[in-house]
Order: sequence, then structure tokens, then C-alpha cells
Amino acid sequence: MSEGSLGKIQANFTLQLDSFALNAAFSAPAIGVTALFGPSGSGKTTLLRCIAGLERATGTLQVNGETWQDATTIVATHKRPLGYVFQEASLFPHLSVRANLEYGYKRIAATERKVQLEQVVEWLGLSQLIDRCDPALLSGGERQRVAIGRALLTSPRILLMDEPLSALDTNSKQEILPYLERLHRELEIPVFYVSHALDEVARLADHLVLLEHGRVIASGALHETLARLDLPTAHFDDAGAVIEAAVARHDDPYHLTRLDFSGASLWVGKLDQPMGTRVRARVLARDVSIATVMPRDSSITNILDGVINEIRDEGPDKVIVRITIGQSQALLSRITRRSRDQLSLVVGMTVFVQVKSVALMS
Amino acid sequence: MQTLDPSDLQAIWLTLKLASVVTLLLLFIATPLAWWLAHSRKWYKGIVSAMVALPLVLPPTVLGFYLLLLMGPQGLVGELTSALHLGRLPFSFAGLVIGSVLFSMPFAVQPIQNAFEAIGKRPLEVAATLRANAWDRFVSVALPLARPGFLTAIILAFAHTVGEFGVVLMLGGNIPGETRVLSVAIYNHVEAMEYAPAHLLAGGMVLFSFIVLLSLYLTGGKVWRVTR
Repeated sequence: MSEGSLGKIQANFTLQLDSFALNAAFSAPAIGVTALFGPSGSGKTTLLRCIAGLERATGTLQVNGETWQDATTIVATHKRPLGYVFQEASLFPHLSVRANLEYGYKRIAATERKVQLEQVVEWLGLSQLIDRCDPALLSGGERQRVAIGRALLTSPRILLMDEPLSALDTNSKQEILPYLERLHRELEIPVFYVSHALDEVARLADHLVLLEHGRVIASGALHETLARLDLPTAHFDDAGAVIEAAVARHDDPYHLTRLDFSGASLWVGKLDQPMGTRVRARVLARDVSIATVMPRDSSITNILDGVINEIRDEGPDKVIVRITIGQSQALLSRITRRSRDQLSLVVGMTVFVQVKSVALMS
Repeated sequence: MQTLDPSDLQAIWLTLKLASVVTLLLLFIATPLAWWLAHSRKWYKGIVSAMVALPLVLPPTVLGFYLLLLMGPQGLVGELTSALHLGRLPFSFAGLVIGSVLFSMPFAVQPIQNAFEAIGKRPLEVAATLRANAWDRFVSVALPLARPGFLTAIILAFAHTVGEFGVVLMLGGNIPGETRVLSVAIYNHVEAMEYAPAHLLAGGMVLFSFIVLLSLYLTGGKVWRVTR
């Protein structure tokens, strides 16, 4: 039974709380970052707590070939090889920073200790903090970094993060995001990341589990799921496509860099990265316009050709259009209904898209 | 300068011994009870809370009276102890310990319970995700975080036992070296019009109680709450 879940995390939970019912089933790859995304009250945190065993739901849970919960057994939280980062750092106030970091480390078998204190201190930039006695004197961002380090030091086989940035101000968020991206790149631990901020998800996640009213309404690869027009994410103000591209050329005189993806390319501001570096970019639907003929005299650098794949009404005045670029990349474009009718846009039509802005995510 | 006679010294020693034994026993009884009261959602939790708090409102003589009946030769506990050849409990040091434990119970349970409740679930959940089992979580997280509550409980239980009179008189009487504690000794002196030694003992008690309460407030421990 658990054999089938090798390389995957499969969950199916039912939980009835006083004012809320969770009825969530999904399957996600046991690699990379999976975002549990949805509005507040959609059950993201409850689902994460069920995965950790902190909430006792009925159902089943398999993590990479191991059964953590089925009809007859529930593995206790402290026996699950997981790391959990709570919304507030929740450092133990009676322990020093170092003792907080070592709390879990000391409690796993010496042979299980794959992550070492020095590594975590280096990764998370904790060398200035580790010899502080009172964790209450740390800033919010520092506390959260210690909490992440503390969780990593249990050498978890899955890392669960419950909106680790939501309690932080913008500065602390900016301070901590690079560390999260670094963990993403350097650790081979699958991460489940709860968030209600689309930009955070677009930046960090590889896989998306979308929740609404305690139910999973979609689960799939990030770039595919964000490009689906039937999901609420396509109708957010900051809806857009995520592009995984590679650095392909530098135009030094003009200070530009070309990113290649799916047989197409985009020019962005100069990136100090070697050729071939993988970068993630986000193109918001509101920054993409459509033309039926190649615009000749435009100041816009990035004009791509593609095929309209789907059009969906969005309120009385707007429509959202999905255009396939190259072999597989989708871009979203939000235009007015009038523009659609004036240009007679229909599915299957070849069009030119002008990309006004590209946000680099890493 | 008035000095204390040997029987007064004996009473002081007995009082300290009683308070120490009672405080120690209370820690072992009150800790699990406070933990259960802080975390249980059982319907009968309210009943248990009320029973624990009962000595706060009952006259000590009422408690002493029922304990005397219960531990007497005709009482349920009395029959049990005589069947087990443990001897009789009333008018013995053991009987005083039992009475005092019950009487001082709320003073130990409530501060510890408050402390456990103040910790909340989160630190224990964090510890669980860091591989600590239930006992480990209790010892390494709950106990250290509840330390102020324990401090308050120890001081209050000890001091309250020292100051006890009604239960002792009903249950233990006035046997020198066995059940004659300080408060009873003061009563005896006053009855015999020996005001000088009564002053010495009573004044000592006032000073002792003041120091206890002062240390409590200075350490920032919260005094118990009487109602929930």
C-alpha cells in the first residue's frame, strides 16, 4: 500500500471542527517546494497540522513510501521525521539560542544527524546570533531564522512551514526570503509551504495545492496550475505566469540579459549570472498586451508570438487570455472585453504579445 | 529576655516538619492534578475544580469534622487502616499530614494550573515536532516554563500549613511532639494566660508570614486566584 507513494506525498484527510470541515485529498511530489495556497479560512494550516499529526483527522497519509497514518494507526508527531516552522517563531523562552537550535538535534539518533550545527549556522547566517542567551532579544526575522534552523537540525525528511513570513514586516521578509530560496536550492528535503501570498508562492514553490473551504480544488505543477483560467488564482489582481528560463546571452553595451525558455526568449535588465543559470521569472497578466500584427515601432523590447489557447470572461469589462508561447510555456494576458471584440480574438489564433515587465524571482 | 521552653521549640520543629512533608506530598499530588485540570475537556472537570477549591471557603472545623468521622474507628478510612494494622489516624502525625494536604490543596493546585494554562499548547507542539515524547515535553518544556507557578505553590502550601489551626485541633488535638503544632501551642499559652511566650510565638508567626508574602511579591509570583 505504501509502495505506491514512493517519491510522493499522498494525503486524504477528513476533519470536522466546530465551525469548519476539512475534506482534503491530494498527491504531491516528495521533492521541491509544495505550496498549500488559499484564502484565510480555507484550511491550509489545518491541513499542514494534519500532515504533522498535530491535528487528529481521520484519513490516510503516506510520505515517500512510509505510512504516517491509515485506518488503524496514527504515528505520533514526535515519531515523524519532519521539521515544522510555525507562523510565530515560537522559540523556547527558557532556553538560549544555541539550546533552542540543539533541542531537536539532541533528540535524534547520532546516525540520523545528517544536518550539522555549523552547516545550519552558515546557511542561515546565525553566527552572530548563536551565542545570545535570551531569544526574546532577537528581531522577528532573526527569531524565524533560528526556528528554521532548529527544525532543519532534526534532519527532517520533510519540512513543513506555516506562513513563516506572515508575522514579519516587509524588511524582515526581504531578509529571510533569500535564505528560503537557498534552502530550496541546496537541500534535498521536500518542503510544504503554507501561504496566502501569491508572489511568495510564485517565488518559492514548484508544486501548488489550491484550497478553498477545506477542499483541495487543484493540485499540480506551479507553472501549469497558475496558468489555469478555471482557478481563482487566474483572477487575482497579481495573476500571472511563471517562467523557468536560463541565462542565454548578455548584451553588455545595453546592460541587458537574454533569458531563453520553451523556444522563446525575453530580454531583462543585466543579470550578473553565468550562462546557463536557471532563473525563475514572473510575468503578470496585467503587463501583457496582445496585437494581431507584429508591432513594428514599439518601445517594448519583448514581443513574442504565440497561439491563443483559452479566453475567459472576468467581470463585466475584462477578459483573461491564455497564450501558448513556443512548445509549452503559457502566458496570461488581461485585456478589456472591447479589445477582444475589436481584435476578434478567438482560440487558435496566432497573436503577438508585448511583455511590459518581467519580475525576476531568483 | 523571655526564652522559649522545650515544648515550644518542639512545637516549632513539629510545625516545620509537618509543613515540609505536606508541601512535598502536595507537589507530587498537585502537579498531575493541575496538569489534568489545565488540559482536560471532560465534563466533570468543573466538579473536580470545585472539590479542590472547597477548602478555600469551608471553615477548617467542617473539614476536620468530616475527616475525623472518616478516619475514626467507624469511618471508612478508619476501618481500612485498622484492617491493614496501620493503627489509627486521628490524633497522629500521619492524620495531621492527610488533613493538611487536603486543606492546602487549592493553594498548591491553582498556581501550578494557572502556570500550565499560561504556557498554552504551542510550546508543547513545537517540542513534539522536535522529536520530544510526552514525558520529555513535560520535563523539558512544561516544567521549566511553569517554574514561577511552582514557586508560588511551594511558598503558599508551606505557609498555609504552618498557619493551620482548625483542622489540627479537630483532627490531631494537642499531643506534645506528635500533633501540638505552633498555632495550638499559642492557643495553649493564651488559655493559660502566659502572654509572654504567646507574644514570642505569635510575633514570630507574623514576621514569618510577612517575609513569605514579601518574597512572593518580590519574585513576581502571582498569588492564587480564588475563583475561576
